Parts: sequence; C-alpha cells; structure tokens
Amino acid sequence: MATITKDDVLKLARLSMISLSEEEVSKFQAELDEILSYIQKLADADVEGLSPTNQVTGLVNVMREDEIADSVTQDELLKNLPDREDNYIKVKRVL
Amino acid sequence: MSIWPSIKTITSDVASRKSSARDMVEKSLQIIEEHGEFKAIISLTKERALKRAEEIDARIAVGENVGRLAGVPFIAKDNFLVFGAETTAASNILRGFNAPYQSSAIERLEAEGAICVAKANLDAFAHGSSTENSDYMTTKNPHDAERVPGGSSGGSAAAVALSMAPFSLGTDTGGSIRLPASFCGVVGLKPTYGLVSRSGVVAMASSTDVIGPIASTVEDAALVLECMAGKDELDGTTIERDSQDYSDLKPVDLTGIKFGIVKEFFGSGVDESVRGSIDQAVNQIKSAGGEIVEVSIPSIDLALAVYYILCPAEVSSNLSRYDGQRYGHSDRDAVNLEESYAKSRSVGFGNEAKRRIMIGAYVLSSGYYDAYYQRAQLVRTKLINEFNKALESCDVLVGPTAPVQAFKIGENIADPLAMYLIDIMTVSANLVGIPAISIPVKSNNSLPVGLQLMVQQKQDKMLLEVAKKVEEVAA
Repeated sequence: MATITKDDVLKLARLSMISLSEEEVSKFQAELDEILSYIQKLADADVEGLSPTNQVTGLVNVMREDEIADSVTQDELLKNLPDREDNYIKVKRVL
Repeated sequence: MSIWPSIKTITSDVASRKSSARDMVEKSLQIIEEHGEFKAIISLTKERALKRAEEIDARIAVGENVGRLAGVPFIAKDNFLVFGAETTAASNILRGFNAPYQSSAIERLEAEGAICVAKANLDAFAHGSSTENSDYMTTKNPHDAERVPGGSSGGSAAAVALSMAPFSLGTDTGGSIRLPASFCGVVGLKPTYGLVSRSGVVAMASSTDVIGPIASTVEDAALVLECMAGKDELDGTTIERDSQDYSDLKPVDLTGIKFGIVKEFFGSGVDESVRGSIDQAVNQIKSAGGEIVEVSIPSIDLALAVYYILCPAEVSSNLSRYDGQRYGHSDRDAVNLEESYAKSRSVGFGNEAKRRIMIGAYVLSSGYYDAYYQRAQLVRTKLINEFNKALESCDVLVGPTAPVQAFKIGENIADPLAMYLIDIMTVSANLVGIPAISIPVKSNNSLPVGLQLMVQQKQDKMLLEVAKKVEEVAA
C-alpha cells in the first residue's frame, strides 16, 4: 500500500516547480494515494526473464545527415517571448 | 449521419469545378457556427482557410492537379501546430501561443489540397477521457448535450459527428481517438506507432503518442491516413510506410478471417447496453462468414496500471519545457526566476496536468524507480508477448472500444481513478504499438457504441479492409 503524506506531496510539487495551496495539498494527497495504490497491482506480476520495453517498433539510434537547411527564423521564434530585450529572452533575476 | 459526401466525391467535384474549395470551406464554417453550443471548437482559422481555398480554386482553374484532398476542409485537434495559428492544447499555459512552424501531418495534408478550418477542443494536453479537463470548456456530446463526447480528442470527434467537416485529426496516447469516436458514433483510427510523424504536435507520452484521423467512414479515414503516413526526418520514431496505397481497399470476404474475442474484455465491468451491441455485431460478423474464436490476454488486467506509470513519467518530462519564459502564460509579478517558473506553471497547468506531473516525478524518483517505472516496462514486455501470441492464433482482435457509453458531464470528474478506468480497453494497443480502430455498430438505445478491432503492427491496411467490411455488416 502506497502511503503518501502531505510532505511527500510538497516534495513532489517542489521537484515539479509547482506551488500548491493548503487545500490543493490535501486534495492531491488523497488522489495520488488512490492512484498509487492502484498501480501497486504490478507488484505481483511474474516478469522473470523479461527485458524492459522502451521502444515498440524495434528502432535503435536513428540518425540523419547533419546538413544545413532552411528552418524557422529567429524572428519567428522570438515573436512568442513574454519579455525580450533585442534578441535576448528577458527573465527575472536569478538570485 | 454526415451531410458530407465521401472525401473522394468532394475532391472529384472540386477538381472538376462542379463545386469549389471556397464553397466547401464556407459550408464547413457555416455548420461550425450553427453548432456553436456544443463547444467543439476552440478557434477558427478562417482567413487562412479562405485564402488557401482561393489559391486551390485558382490552380484548378488553370488545369493544375492539386492533390488527393483537393478542397477538403478539416479540423485539427488544438495540439497540432498550424502555421500562424494559435495552438493552446486547451491549456492556460499555452494561451496566446502562435505556432512559428507547422506539424508534419498538417503539412502533408495541405500538400494534398486539404484545408484546415478550425482547431478542436480537447482535455488540456490530451490528459483525459471527456474534455472536462480542458482549461477552457467542456464539449457536449452531439447525441445528448448533457453527456461528454469522450476524450481527449472530444472536440474532433464531436465536430465530425456534427458534420462540421468531412474529417478531423486527433491524437491517441491511451485511447484518445478511439474513445471519443465510440462515444460520438464516428470512425476513429489509431495507426501503428510511428506510422504518422509526431513532429509539431504537442507531446504527451512520446512512447505511445500516435496521430490519426476521425471520419464518418472507414474509407475516408483510410484516405486521410494514406496522405499522412510515412517516414519523416523530423521524427526519428517514424517507420517505413506500406508500398501499397492505404486507401485502395480491396473487398474482403470474411470467410477465412479469424476474429479473436478477447475474453478479458467481456468481464463484469462492461455495461449491459455495450455488451448487447457488441454481441450483436459479433453475430453479424459470424453470419457474414467470419470465424469467431476466443482468445485470452491475461495481462490486460495490468495494462492500465502500466499505462498510468509510463504515461505520467513521460508527461512529467515532456511538460517540464513549459517554464513561462519563452512562450505562453508567464507570471510577471514574481521577484525571481525560480518563483516565476513555479507561479507560471501553477496557474498555467490544470489539476490533471499537475496530478500527472507529480505521479511521474514520484515513479521516476530514485527510491521508487525499480518498483514502478522499471517494473511497468517489464510488464509492458509481458503484455506485448501475450498480444503477439493471441495474434498468432487469429487475424483480428475484437471487443468493445469502451466498457460504457457516453457518461454524464460531471459524473466522473471528482474521481480521477474512475476516469482513468474508462481507458481500460484502449490503452493496450498503445503500449503494444499495434493499430486499432473504433467503428460505430448498431446500438439499442439513443447513444452510440463503438466496436474495436486490433491487428499486428504494420498491418494497418488489412485492418482498414476488414473494418470496411465489418462496417457494412454490423452498422
């Protein structure tokens, strides 16, 4: 049985860069606990001798030639910036 | 029933100037406006569509061949990037984001003369089974406005059911094309993993995300797949397409085709109304000559748990790019960068995205990795082996698309796990990477029921041929 505490929820939120209200912490605590209890059902599955699946169609290390080609322009990409100075992304102070 | 003729008829009428691309686009926009109360559409791409229609008509006037989808309007789920149009994935964090480039799928459809007229509603970031997780609005089911259309491609499925366009595009990570197709009474195709490029589509769980069409008939869905399928340099997971045309569907005789009834799909969790319709469809397949055998895939019972470990893990990684600094919603009042990240994400993500990000962070964290993520990957292998074995003893797997018909708006929203369980019959095809289709079959009440067919990887064409025949005998 997975038991998720309020501290666990706060830690997960911190790791995920999400801030939660007191109310949200309680709500997510109950919900995550229920979901994690459900996924516990894999614990009893017999997986002896099996290898994990990462990719289903059998492709490995797909490469392409490194060639110069036209792509999205800097100007088009920068149009969506919430804040900018010249061609720089402007952010809040780091420290 | 759709008011549109078949896509082949539309293109031949447009190409022969019996009608025009502009007529088609105007008709589509008019129907979208008439059915605004169903909230299927997030935004229109009206100006762009009319401009493209004029270009296509002008090219036809000078005798050019403009492609196999000439003048056909379509609607894209709002997680497809369409050049110059807002792409929100129905999330607050992407509100106002204008796509600086375009998804490969849209690019290929446009190269064949198709015209995107609108962007459809979805559960935000495609997380959900009802569109109730959209940060903007809940789409209503065209058959009963008090019910959900299914999700996550609920807007796309409702739009086709309402005849807003001859076809729409959806994405299917755990059932998001097939489930709403089943709830809305239309055809939804999830191709083999990698058959259609994911480039330019907002990523959810990259190891199971696929792109596919929603249409009124199997034939129309096949033509749309034909125009999108194949390798793309911009998506390293794309696979070689068939050398044959996916839309050139040969007539199939069901005699000699073995249909495997998946025993585990007929358990106690299936509603009587669904079971009745599916039994009836199976009998019709049998009467038409199909051989029916029972198969067992014991680990299907574990598929949903595997999915709800792997999917949130990939979601937590894919959604980490939304930091509020480069596009979309950005908190401007924060005093420093870290606070700006947290505040932008907290406002920009809805409850379901937050839930999945946190579950993902949990199952990937060092102390739990082996018990959850690694274990889920191992059970995924077990599931693949069992599907391969079942598909050695029959040609096509058959069962319901969903255990229930469209449920009431609000019915499952307070219980995330109950909502997840709606996907119990669809997630396996994503984990195994096989193609699957939902087609409407005869229902015994006013709500649609979908029958799901699944075949081996890369047998998409065979699936479509069989589905077309089943559509004829069981509709």
